Amino acid sequence: MSTIPAELRYAKSHEWVRAEGDGTVTIGITDYAQNSLGDITYVQAAKVGAVLKAGDTFGVVESVKAASDLYAPVAGTVLAVNAALDAAPETVNRDPYGDGWMLRLKLADPGSVASLLDAAAYGQLLG
Amino acid sequence: MSELQRTPLRDFHAAHGARLVDFAGWEMPVQYRSILEEHKAVRRTAGLFDVSHMGEVDVQGPAAGRFLNHLVTNDVAKLFPGRVLYSPMCQPDGGVVDDLLVYMRGAEDYFLCINAGNIAKDLAWIRAQAAAFDVKITDRSADYALLAVQGPKAAEIVQSLTGAKLGLVKYYHFSEATVAGVHCLASRTGYTGEDGFELYHAAADAPALAEALLAAGLPHGLELAGLGARDSLRLEAGYPLYGHEITAEISPLTAGLGWTVKLDKGADFVGRAALLAEKTQGGARRVVFFRTGDRRIVRADTPVLDAAGAPVGRVLSGTLSPILNEAIGSALVPAAAAAAPLAVDIRGTKLPLQVVKPPFVPLKKV
Repeated sequence: MSTIPAELRYAKSHEWVRAEGDGTVTIGITDYAQNSLGDITYVQAAKVGAVLKAGDTFGVVESVKAASDLYAPVAGTVLAVNAALDAAPETVNRDPYGDGWMLRLKLADPGSVASLLDAAAYGQLLG
Repeated sequence: MSELQRTPLRDFHAAHGARLVDFAGWEMPVQYRSILEEHKAVRRTAGLFDVSHMGEVDVQGPAAGRFLNHLVTNDVAKLFPGRVLYSPMCQPDGGVVDDLLVYMRGAEDYFLCINAGNIAKDLAWIRAQAAAFDVKITDRSADYALLAVQGPKAAEIVQSLTGAKLGLVKYYHFSEATVAGVHCLASRTGYTGEDGFELYHAAADAPALAEALLAAGLPHGLELAGLGARDSLRLEAGYPLYGHEITAEISPLTAGLGWTVKLDKGADFVGRAALLAEKTQGGARRVVFFRTGDRRIVRADTPVLDAAGAPVGRVLSGTLSPILNEAIGSALVPAAAAAAPLAVDIRGTKLPLQVVKPPFVPLKKV
């Protein structure tokens, strides 16, 4: 069974979003996503300063199996990317909601996070 | 969708947490814990693979040896009882029908191991070629299970379960052995580049043998390993995979397997004329192996570009080498381009290919 932390919000494309309470969010991929991908070998995320609309691709996550696009669940400006994943992309497998984070955004609309799935709705999506 | 075939170890895999996938019509474990970790375990200590989906064929009769020397490109006449031979089996045009292992049990008694995805095609092909020979061809695929124990600790692990003197069984030799009470044909072969054994045995014995090997191997660091690790290990070792480096359109000479094509073995064989012509004239294309120095995987069918950025070939296999921590692969390119700068475009980034002679990692001689 996949872990779905109650305090996070989710996108149908299997990214999670954590509201930091200061108009910024942290984004990564869910436990379900990392498990489906298998061994993650490469993470390529947007550059700091990039302006993303909701649904824009912000990067690519590659596993031994396949390469998959990453989608911005909400609009915003990239504040930081997780440089540690360059050398250790397998961190996403080990700790998808912690050290495996991928992106920090300054929200374009602080209210946009509320429109995402909550843990219960995401759990239902996974079935 | 048709039912997937299952090996006798399907429930063993499920119980050990395998991720089961459709591989050539078989429900097979692609991984248990992690492809990368299973790969490293095989290089470091040992891995246990279920490869029972592979096909087995008996070739018996007065003309068995002569027939096989007609069927395959390598020299079957060099075999003696207890010896194993790797060989492609070609079409008249030099394209490959399959690659296989030939086991000589006795003067009129041979045994073949063929690829799972090719069993029906191979049997039809072998029977068609055998028409003029006094041989009996028997499909034994359903009778046998096959477990491969591979890695520097593999021989020690198998030895701990048998009274047979496995030290006397050299690389590409085999012997009958009772392993954990199970009668086996113990073959010192493999598809990983490591030392190890492939144990052919009765299908009904597979769960008991697998449990015994796992229990004996755990103290040595053995891990269950799936087909994902099997593929990255074989590519790192520079071994061809049917459907990738060798196909109906890619001859063994093109694939760099010239050592398996014995044009002067003193027997005509299927594909000889075409392969002789290819060797004499020089092949138009070549399979090359490459590394990139970058972690982005260069996947099969990615176009290979020349210095001007024009497509000249395509990638045949590609993965991340867990040992080198960079992308490795093989590609089919024009012979003239093999020594020139080559590159691939991965999502907008041009990555030069460094053409290398495999294996990609130093392999211990057995």
